[in-house]
Amino acid sequence: MRDAVAELVHDGDTIAIEGFTHLISFAAGHEIIRQRRRDLELCRLTPDVVYDQMVAAGVARKLVFSWMGNPGAGSLHAIRRRIERADPEPLEVEEYSHFGMVGRYTAGAANLPFFPLRSYDESDLPLVNPNIRQVTSPFGDEVVHAVPPLRPDVTIVHAQRADQLGNTQVWGLLGCQREAAFAARRVIVVVEELVDTAVVRADPNRTLIPGLKVDAVVVCPGGAHPSFAQGYYDRDNRFYLEWEPISRDPDALAAWLDEWVHSTADHTEYLAKLGEARWKELRPAPALSGSVDYGSYR
Amino acid sequence: MRGAGGLSAPGAAAVPREGWSRSEMLVVAGARALAGHRVCFVGIGLPNIAVALAQRTVAPEIELIYESGVYGSRPERLPLSIGDPCLVTGAVSVMSMVELFQYFLQGGLVDVGFLGAAQLDRHGNINTTVIGDYARPKVRLPGSGGACEIAINAREVFILMRQSSRSFVERIDFRTSPGTLGGSASRAAKGWQGRGPSVVATDLGRYDFDPVTGEMRLAAIHPGVTLDEVRAATGWDLRVAPDLRTTPDPTTEELRLIREELDPQGAYVR
Repeated sequence: MRDAVAELVHDGDTIAIEGFTHLISFAAGHEIIRQRRRDLELCRLTPDVVYDQMVAAGVARKLVFSWMGNPGAGSLHAIRRRIERADPEPLEVEEYSHFGMVGRYTAGAANLPFFPLRSYDESDLPLVNPNIRQVTSPFGDEVVHAVPPLRPDVTIVHAQRADQLGNTQVWGLLGCQREAAFAARRVIVVVEELVDTAVVRADPNRTLIPGLKVDAVVVCPGGAHPSFAQGYYDRDNRFYLEWEPISRDPDALAAWLDEWVHSTADHTEYLAKLGEARWKELRPAPALSGSVDYGSYR
Repeated sequence: MRGAGGLSAPGAAAVPREGWSRSEMLVVAGARALAGHRVCFVGIGLPNIAVALAQRTVAPEIELIYESGVYGSRPERLPLSIGDPCLVTGAVSVMSMVELFQYFLQGGLVDVGFLGAAQLDRHGNINTTVIGDYARPKVRLPGSGGACEIAINAREVFILMRQSSRSFVERIDFRTSPGTLGGSASRAAKGWQGRGPSVVATDLGRYDFDPVTGEMRLAAIHPGVTLDEVRAATGWDLRVAPDLRTTPDPTTEELRLIREELDPQGAYVR
C-alpha cells in the first residue's frame, strides 16, 4: 500500500475512493493521510467517515459528492465545520445527486462528453452547480438534464479478490466500482485475497474490473474496516456510531487520527490495535451461492 | 386497496393511547400507507424502518429497492444503513447503481419512492440540502442522494418525517427534490411519469394532496393529537380534509415488531 500510494497518488490529484457503504478502502485513505498528501479533489457519492477523516487530516481542497452523512449514525462534522464555518479553512464543494454522480463516472468510463438523465428539473441543484445543464434531444424537442464526465486521476476500490494481473472480482453491493475504475487514469485495487488466475477464469461473470485497467494490486485483508466486505466481515456499525462524538470534537478527532493513523505504520498495525475479539464479532456465518455450469466447449 | 392508509394489521388488537409513543405512531402510519403497493424505493432513515414494518404486516409481498443497487431485499435484521450486507443476502438481484437508476427508476418500475425530509412546504417540495444560505449554510444537511430523481421518476412519493413549525415551513431554504408543482397537470405537462407526493406521514397525522391545486391536506389525525396542535406545528395556513379521520391506534403486533424485532435498542423509535 505504501508503494502504491507513493507512486500513484500525487498532491493536487482528483481521487475517487469508491464503494457504496460496501468495500470502502479505509486502508488507502489512511495511507494517503500518513503520506500527508495535499490539495486533493476528493470524489465519492457518499463521503462517509473515510473522507471525514481525510478532510480533517488536511489532505483535501475540494469535495465532489451527492450525499454527505454518516449513514444511519449521524453527520460528518469535520467536513461540516469546513463548509459551514470555513474552520479551519474553506472546502470547495461540487454537488450532484446519486444518479448524477454514477452518470458522471459512466460518461467518463465510456469516453462521452455528457450523461443524460431525468433528474434535476425544478430542483435548486442546477442553480448552485453550473455543471448540471439541460440538453435537447437531437431526435425531437425533449429536454433532459446532463452532467459532465468524471475522470479521476486515481480511483481506488476495495474488492474481495483479484489475481496478480489485477483481474478483480466482486460480489454483494457493486455501487459504482466498475464505472469509477474504467473512468480513471490510474487504478489501485485493494483486495481481501490474492487468487490464481484460474479462479478468476472459472467464474468470469464475477469479474468487475479487468487487469487491463489496473495499475496496482494491494493485498490488505480487513482493509475496508469499518465498512464491510460481503461474506468476509460485517459493517462495524459500532464504529460508525462511535465516530459521531469523535467527529463533533476537533481535538478528539485529531487525537483519533494521531492514535489510529499516524501512530500505526500500516493497516496491519491498525487491525492489531483493533484486536481479534472485535474482529470475531464481525465475521458472518456462511451463506454460499450455488455454483453454475459454464460448460466446456472444446 | 391502493393507498388505503387507515388499515390496521390483521389479527391484532388496538393498543390505547397511553401504551405507545408518537414516534411509534409515525412509523406505524408510514408502514400502513404501503398497503397494496408492490415496488418501493426505500430512502435512508425513518422510511427504512417503516418499510421493514410494512413488509412484516400490511405489505408482505412488497419488493424493496435500495439505491445501493439491490432489488427484492428480504433483510433478516433491520439495516442500519441502506447499504447493509443483510440487504444483499437472499435478495432477488444486485446490480450497479447506474443500472438501477436507469432501468428500475427512470424505466418506470418504481410504484412508491419513500423519502424523508428536513423541511417540507405545502406543495411537497423537499429540502435535505441546507438550512440557511447554500454558500455559507447554518446547517449543512446530507443533500439529495437519490431523492431528486426519485421525486421525479417514482409513480408516487411518500414522505415520512417528524412535524414541527421548523420542518413544515412556508418557504423551504433549498429545493432539493420537487413536489407536486401545484397540481398533477403541471407535472404531466413536464412529461414526468410520476404524480409526485401523495402521502405525508408524521408523528401528528397523515396528509394527502389536492389533485387540482397540489396542496397538502390533513387527511387523518393521530389519536391524542388536537387540530390546534397540528396547526401550531405547521408553518402555513393548513387545509383540512372535510372527512378528517382519526388514525386507528397501533396494534399489539405492530408495537411488538418495532420493539422486539426492528428496533430493540430504540435507535430510531423512541
